Amino acid sequence: MKFLVCISLVPDTTTKISFVDNDTKFNNDKVQWILNPYDEWYALVRALELKEANGGSVTVINVGPAANDQVIRKALAIGADDAIRVDGADELDAFGVASNIAAVAKDGGYDIVLLGKETISYNGSNIGGMVAELLDAPFVSYATKLDVSGNTATVAREIEGGKEIVEVATPFVLSAAKGMAEQRIPNMKGIMAAKTKPLKVVPAVAAPALTTIVKYELPPAKAAVKLISPDNVEELVTLLHNEAKAI
Amino acid sequence: MSVLFLVESVNGQIKKNSFEAASYAAKVAEQLGSTAVGVALGTVDNSELAALGEYGAAKVLHVADAALDAFDSGVYASVIAQVAQAAGAQVVVLSQSTTGKAVAPRLSVKLQAGLVSGAVALPDTSNGFVVKKAAFSGKAFAYVKVETAVKIVGLVPNSFGAVKGSGSAAVEAASANIPASGVKVKEVSRATGSTLPLPEAELVVSAGRGLKGPENWGIIEDLANALGATTACSRPVADVGWRPHHEHVGQTGVAIRPNLYIAIGISGAIQHLAGVNQSKVIVVINKDPEAPFFKAADYGIVGDAFEVVPKLTEAIKKFKAAQ
Repeated sequence: MKFLVCISLVPDTTTKISFVDNDTKFNNDKVQWILNPYDEWYALVRALELKEANGGSVTVINVGPAANDQVIRKALAIGADDAIRVDGADELDAFGVASNIAAVAKDGGYDIVLLGKETISYNGSNIGGMVAELLDAPFVSYATKLDVSGNTATVAREIEGGKEIVEVATPFVLSAAKGMAEQRIPNMKGIMAAKTKPLKVVPAVAAPALTTIVKYELPPAKAAVKLISPDNVEELVTLLHNEAKAI
Repeated sequence: MSVLFLVESVNGQIKKNSFEAASYAAKVAEQLGSTAVGVALGTVDNSELAALGEYGAAKVLHVADAALDAFDSGVYASVIAQVAQAAGAQVVVLSQSTTGKAVAPRLSVKLQAGLVSGAVALPDTSNGFVVKKAAFSGKAFAYVKVETAVKIVGLVPNSFGAVKGSGSAAVEAASANIPASGVKVKEVSRATGSTLPLPEAELVVSAGRGLKGPENWGIIEDLANALGATTACSRPVADVGWRPHHEHVGQTGVAIRPNLYIAIGISGAIQHLAGVNQSKVIVVINKDPEAPFFKAADYGIVGDAFEVVPKLTEAIKKFKAAQ
């Protein structure tokens, strides 16, 4: 079975977010870029597990500049067989990214295209559905479990306050959430092997920008916490009603 | 011309976030000099649908085919796109539910319509169509301009609020070509109970490792019941199986935006905050005065949960009784 795993690069979780150029651009200075955790921990690792169990190959794909190669190699160190980087401008919107992934996936003969439920940067949850639509393939989102038998997959997916079990035939697109797999730390052998695994660079295809970001904003600074004595919880109730108007 | 919104239902009951989507769509329609029109799929009672008028919908188009009772993003996107085109939709509003998040991107491709997912405010239509959205896991906002003629907005649940007035929506049967589904739904299970699912809940009571064991959750449930709140938990608590996974809020779990979030015995790691930092009011109860969560809180009580929480429950009950 051939797996294609979409990997995005995001600022490390602990990054202090700031903006430049009059708040119109994200400030890249001193930012540590990592693989989007949902792409890495859930989508990539589950694809590797299924390949190890049933055979096949795992290819990772990233849309972005050459500076991304170092982080892409981490996915190879974890166990992916090869990587494709679409040499895109770094200002593409979700449709631009999805169009480029779909262009590669289209003739690649992949059985399952996987990615994380969202990125921790833009939290869009857009790419999976867009790629599926561009490929005219089924899309199963927020998957917490994936098992494959022949060309049929059984998938558990999160829904509000519960879960759903679905069956879907390959090829399809899946976005992965917690429960799908556990994080793998690359070992020295994997890191050495990653240096010589193929990383193919392909040119981007043109796609119209459906959206553009015009400005960023940080949330207003939080006022200091109002501490209430544990012996006076009635005061908290009064504040929640009169001041916060939350109850 | 219209502002279309998706009506989601569970077992024929309209979901709360769809009333919010109706109110949002009605406001957008007012800005654009248009009308808000709902699109409902599958089996829902017409009298239920007419009630969307109380939230500002002028009309609801109902594609009542029972094949739509099972969810498939491809089928839903196809049907909604057909209805949107027939209704001349300028804007399509979907809640950022698991359904909305799966359908909206497909719809964006189908209609070649720019999508703003994670919207938290009404669009600024003074110069184009610019929508504020949450980004960087609640640590910032981005203003996204939609460049296309048709716009799609994915609205974060509980970010706008359902605005109830009066009125009744005209319900019209709509037909659409329903494509074959590639996804077969085998089983659907939902937690039973009267409380709202977490993403839609206005009040949330959450607890963490400070509770010491699953047998101690009674005081959390008592407080939640007194408030009419939904219960949640931190990641370690879900990981060890003290609480079900669907209760886990935080970066890897569910991201929520309630009006009130009460965190009990949770230290406030950055990954937890990423899922709750958009709550409108945060109360932290923790015996460790150095717990990082206090820095993100509006109100705090430094104290032992086992003493403070039952007292708070009693105080809430008294307050409710006096209302």
